[in-house]
Amino acid sequence: MSLTPSDIAKIADLARLAISDDDARGYATELTSILDLVARMDRVDTSGIAPLAHPLDMVQRLRADEPCEPNQRSRFQKVAPLTEDGLYLVPKVIE
Amino acid sequence: MHDKTLIELADDLRARRYSSEELTRHYLARIERLDASLNCFVTVAADQALDAARRADQRLAAGDAGPLTGIPIAHKDILCTDGLKTSCGSRMLDNFVAPYDATVVERLAQAGAVVLGKTNMDEFAMGSSNETSFYGPVRNPWATDRVPGGSSGGSAAAVAARLCAAATGTDTGGSIRQPAAFCGITGLKPTYGRVSRWGLIAFASSLDQAGPMARTAADAAALLTAMSGFDPRDSTSAEVPVPDYGADLDADLTGVRIGLPDEYFGAGLDAGVAAAVETALDEYRRLGATLHRISLPNSPLSVPVYYVVAPAECSSNLARYDGVRFGHRCADPRDLVDLYERSRAEGFGAEVKRRIMIGTYVLSAGYYDAYYLKAQQIRRLIADDFRRAFEQVDVIAGPTTPSPAFPLGAKLDDPVAMYLNDIYTIAANLAGLPALSIPIAPANGLPVGLQLIGHHFDEARLLNLAHRLQRETDWHLATPAGYA
Repeated sequence: MSLTPSDIAKIADLARLAISDDDARGYATELTSILDLVARMDRVDTSGIAPLAHPLDMVQRLRADEPCEPNQRSRFQKVAPLTEDGLYLVPKVIE
Repeated sequence: MHDKTLIELADDLRARRYSSEELTRHYLARIERLDASLNCFVTVAADQALDAARRADQRLAAGDAGPLTGIPIAHKDILCTDGLKTSCGSRMLDNFVAPYDATVVERLAQAGAVVLGKTNMDEFAMGSSNETSFYGPVRNPWATDRVPGGSSGGSAAAVAARLCAAATGTDTGGSIRQPAAFCGITGLKPTYGRVSRWGLIAFASSLDQAGPMARTAADAAALLTAMSGFDPRDSTSAEVPVPDYGADLDADLTGVRIGLPDEYFGAGLDAGVAAAVETALDEYRRLGATLHRISLPNSPLSVPVYYVVAPAECSSNLARYDGVRFGHRCADPRDLVDLYERSRAEGFGAEVKRRIMIGTYVLSAGYYDAYYLKAQQIRRLIADDFRRAFEQVDVIAGPTTPSPAFPLGAKLDDPVAMYLNDIYTIAANLAGLPALSIPIAPANGLPVGLQLIGHHFDEARLLNLAHRLQRETDWHLATPAGYA
């Protein structure tokens, strides 16, 4: 599997990362070498093997559907880049 | 005072030979004098540390001291600390002050530990050399032109250079054990679920575990006892009772079966590391343990599997950094997409971007089965190898790393060469098993680590084996010149 700079541009777009054309060439080479390493997986026949998503095969713990966290909006917004009247501000989305 | 182990310091504090405030001032002075040569600390919290030390002294005076009361430690800068910057080694979080403490931080504080500061690390814990940090590389106190390992490189170097009595680390693919090996200290990655991940900034959630980094196995046992236990705030926290990990350190090793995987002693292993491991195994034989050749046939695939699973989870976990609610935001965004794309491009370094892009790619439509599903299937084969091995042996031993610490810059331009550093450590994360690294005989003057891997929740046995070796040998007592 060999990735091209235009593949990188597409992946970067999906990942919401601004990447320059210059950098895309470097990433194409590096990501290709990583995928070559990953391709060693192809040597193994895995048909019929159940995937392992979690090392202890646990099931998700459930809790009662009741609020358990107090409202700490003003504390959380202290580290926000831009807020006003308790709201997070972003560039206008709808003209 | 800094030449003593955590256990010795705790005894001295309880005997009132010196106060926690004196001890804390001593470590702060060492950091002030020596850390410029190493770059272990991102943040030093002198005032908070001295306040905590005075509170510890009151508890000591009142006879109300726990095993860690008044002990100065450092936290890896991936663990959230209320009111103290938590950068995760990234420009993205250079301005981030967490509004809460991680459970690990909270538990160690309750046990009385004093926090000296936050240690440098590879950005978002992605790296094996501590060179991907936004705050610059950490240097290895044994040879300052060499890396300390990563990602918990600041914690490892700080413990090795006696800038703190012990530290916390986190381990997703070897990030406690590999730097412990490179810096000549004891580091333990617990069983997945043993230590709460709440407040540990997520990299790969099915692999991440926090654990102790310390001078000795006995020190690590004291820390692990305090750190461990069920936490309802971590959805994968294990509801398994926590023993006193210090209780069985001296247990006899007669008849303990140690498995040596063929795959961990093959091509690519440095001769000096192999010789050091042989010497340590001879000690275990003398102590009554029996050695057995075993095979973990799928373990050579652990690096390829990891570089699908970890980036996939990373690309999902790091989607939260969008420049909106916290973290870095670019200047003058044109629109919302520009805000996301430039905030992330400016906030993340090259290695983090590589992993986000690999993760995005392997999870994208049309590739999921070939990569992510395939990796999860081989992950089961790797876990099954260990299950079969533990039917024959009690513990698995081998080198922690293929070589001792390498020079700064040596592998920075070759991600795959860097990734292969973790060839012996990653499988334990994939299988969720506890594993530790302890210092053994050096190779060419550089520390070497012996790795011990155990059954799920069998940390006590790993610490028992580590402690018995440390009773018989003095490799763990060596101090780097210039930091004695």
